[in-house]
Amino acid sequence: MASQMAVEATGLEKSYGAVQVLGGVDLRVERGSVFALLGPNGAGKTTTVRILTTLTRADAGQARVVGFDVARQRRRVRRAISLTGQFVAVDDLQTGEENLRMMGRLSGLSGTQARRRAHQLLDQFDLAEAGRRRVATYSGGMRRRLDLAASLVGDPAVLFLDEPTTGLDLRGRQAMWQVVSGLAGSGVSVFLTTQYLEEADRLADRIAVLDGGRVVAEGTAAQLKEQVAGHRLDLVLADAAAFDQIARFLAERAVLSDPSRLTIGVATDGSAAQVRALLDEVDPTRRAVDRFAVHGATLDDVFLALTGRGAGRPEKETADV
Amino acid sequence: MSDATATMVGRSLRLSMRNVEALLTSLILPVLLMLLFVYLFGGAIQTGTEYVTYVVPGVLLLCAGFGAASTAVSVSQDLKGGIIDRFRSMDVGGVPILAGHVAASVVRNVTSTALVLAIASLIGFRPSAGPAEWLAAGGVLLLFILAISWLSAAVGVLARSPEAAGGFAFFMVFLPYPSSAFVPVETMPTWIQGFANNQPVTPVIETLRGLLLEGSVGSSLWLALAWCGGITVASVALSGVLFRRRTA
Repeated sequence: MASQMAVEATGLEKSYGAVQVLGGVDLRVERGSVFALLGPNGAGKTTTVRILTTLTRADAGQARVVGFDVARQRRRVRRAISLTGQFVAVDDLQTGEENLRMMGRLSGLSGTQARRRAHQLLDQFDLAEAGRRRVATYSGGMRRRLDLAASLVGDPAVLFLDEPTTGLDLRGRQAMWQVVSGLAGSGVSVFLTTQYLEEADRLADRIAVLDGGRVVAEGTAAQLKEQVAGHRLDLVLADAAAFDQIARFLAERAVLSDPSRLTIGVATDGSAAQVRALLDEVDPTRRAVDRFAVHGATLDDVFLALTGRGAGRPEKETADV
Repeated sequence: MSDATATMVGRSLRLSMRNVEALLTSLILPVLLMLLFVYLFGGAIQTGTEYVTYVVPGVLLLCAGFGAASTAVSVSQDLKGGIIDRFRSMDVGGVPILAGHVAASVVRNVTSTALVLAIASLIGFRPSAGPAEWLAAGGVLLLFILAISWLSAAVGVLARSPEAAGGFAFFMVFLPYPSSAFVPVETMPTWIQGFANNQPVTPVIETLRGLLLEGSVGSSLWLALAWCGGITVASVALSGVLFRRRTA
């Protein structure tokens, strides 16, 4: 257990038939930190998680979780981790408490310990009252919370969360964020995947951006935002001539170009000072720009900035491979 | 039995108790079928004995088929849902998971068998067996239930979806019909007789009839034991291999 790293992967490759899903992924996650793997559908997030949690073997490359090799020391790895996948993994016909006690027994607790741990987790996840009801009666958010509680029963050193908020409504998502933020600092290392920049931003100490099976950027949220800008300034131009002129001026810096709406987007950090400076720079005569709007950058913008193309690609989703 | 297996058995039992529709089907359908055969068809079937006496061993096997069929579906549901990844990432292997389902299947079957026997005795099933024969008959029936439960578990691992698993299971429910369960094999067309005489259900039924009604079993006992043992061993091995392949 000498390793300081919760997760250490080098050169992970995986193909399914002729389709390469991972093309050499390197990752390092420090112990006790929250790490987000950010990417669109089909980027290889789930495959990466499945390799790190011993469920799938990589074709090439090496990965260690808390110092144990995921291919050669599967059992040691499995005892140190827990996985919450995209599909809720609890039994509908058991109560919340029964599900947690079952997981407790399976992770080696005695009957009494398992009961105590179940009550503790139900309290922690705001499910104390629901604990005696069957899971079939739970809302989507409650299921996810129970699912996460179930993955914590055995006190894992590393917690893998594969798209923990996909399919949740805003309230459910916020509740989940609170729970994950609460875990940070408790000593457990969290490895989560997400399609949402905002989620990675809120939760993670470090973020790696995965695209087409490769890590295209890695750093803290602040570092990434410097690279890709956190916001987009959309300029609605007065006429077609102004559009052409500004488009030529901005050239490669334009992250959005829509002649039909006479709109050009440019990356910004969203601060008033930078927006003012940009407007002055682009339109010193104050005639070309009609209106403007500032948007939070979408994943598409981040990808455009990082890879020179949009995130939405026509490839089949590979979330379940 | 390891802790993990005990936990999984508890889980499967709880899940079967709460799956009310499947539970009622496996309890009530065999009873209804018995009443159907005895009162509707029985009058027209000549077996040389009271028809209720002839048909009850067959209904007991039918029971086992119904009870086991839902095992295939629940195994398949486990493999399709997210829970299998959680179990595997917790280092819970295929043996405890499948053994849990099989144990629950055996408990369900024993319950429905007891129910059928109780109602059969109310409508005139009067076996001549003594305690030793009853015990032996119970043992053979238990082995058959175990065999068909493991076979169902294997089918559940093999099937790509719970619906497909349910479809496969139908064949197991159907197996007692072309056998000596409901009508004597001699009354069937010759080409079916060949199948009926040489399929697993017939020797099991003949053994039960022999033990409960005639006091002698002849070679059918050994055949029945061989079939049950063979099916169990093959199904355990097959489901183990398939489980590893499915989840590799």
